Amino acid sequence: MLTVAEPAKVSLRRETPVTVPLTVSLKDGYHVNSTTPPDPYLIPLKLTWDEALVKVEKTDFPKPLMQKFEFSEKPLSVYEGSFDIKTTLRAPKTAATGPNVLVAKLRYQACSNTACLPPKTVEVKVPVVIQ
Amino acid sequence: MRFLAAASLSTALFFSGCARNGPASSNEASTVKASSERKPAPDFTLKDADGKNVSLADYKGKVVLLNFWATWCGPCKVEIPWFVEFEKQYKDKGFAVLGVAMDEEGWEIVRPYIQEKKVNYRVLVGNDSTAELYGGVASLPTTFLIDREGRIASTHVGLVSKSDYQNEINELVEKTHAGRSGAGAVPVAAFAVGAAK
Repeated sequence: MLTVAEPAKVSLRRETPVTVPLTVSLKDGYHVNSTTPPDPYLIPLKLTWDEALVKVEKTDFPKPLMQKFEFSEKPLSVYEGSFDIKTTLRAPKTAATGPNVLVAKLRYQACSNTACLPPKTVEVKVPVVIQ
Repeated sequence: MRFLAAASLSTALFFSGCARNGPASSNEASTVKASSERKPAPDFTLKDADGKNVSLADYKGKVVLLNFWATWCGPCKVEIPWFVEFEKQYKDKGFAVLGVAMDEEGWEIVRPYIQEKKVNYRVLVGNDSTAELYGGVASLPTTFLIDREGRIASTHVGLVSKSDYQNEINELVEKTHAGRSGAGAVPVAAFAVGAAK
């Protein structure tokens, strides 16, 4: 239903911010809620990083679509198709240098026009070299 | 609580016959299965909002609309007012709606939601075991109409039209209600223990 493309290897220089894109693709006919769904009962898209190695400076999601569905009276804030989530990371000056792997978790809840799938979390591993 | 990962083969396949995945249809005749093709509805016991154990077998002799849903499910929200109406309209004819909420957070989130929506039918909080009995319930809403003998008469996966439900309830309630009035007999329910495989 939702896949995240295998990320390219990232080079991180300590104390220098680097933006890491994650490309997310949804199966045709499905959408996920944005990070700010209008209904408090809807489950938002959420990206978290294991910050043991690096610190997250900011995460940029694309502008969501405001889309009306067969089941919704009002347009919902969603993502469809393929989109990038960009995270700016910084390795602290104390970070161990050399190759490593960063782990991110993307939680989402997908629906079609007529049915919803249970919330799910996908784990993404990003190979890095810290210099 | 998690939905079963193995449930990717939809409930529609598990209880083959009447399930539909497409958009709502309407103005069509009832799609309930012939009596001979109906499988027993697996029995389960879950807690209601008051912490009381409720079993499907408690509903023996009634037509039951068993609806798996969740608070985060938009299409489920559309159906709730219909079910509230059905509960009012048919409860004196031996009919009941039974909601099974599949929210991971359980009553903490389900209780305020059903209060807000003024849900007049019984709601239980489900779990993976219950979902497994019904083929995994991979998508929500998933709804089963169960006849007075405790057999699954129809299955709907995803949002369908109100009239689809209404036609099926009418067929199950009116026919058997008329039959019961005449004979005065209470049918014996055949709720199954374990999955209806």
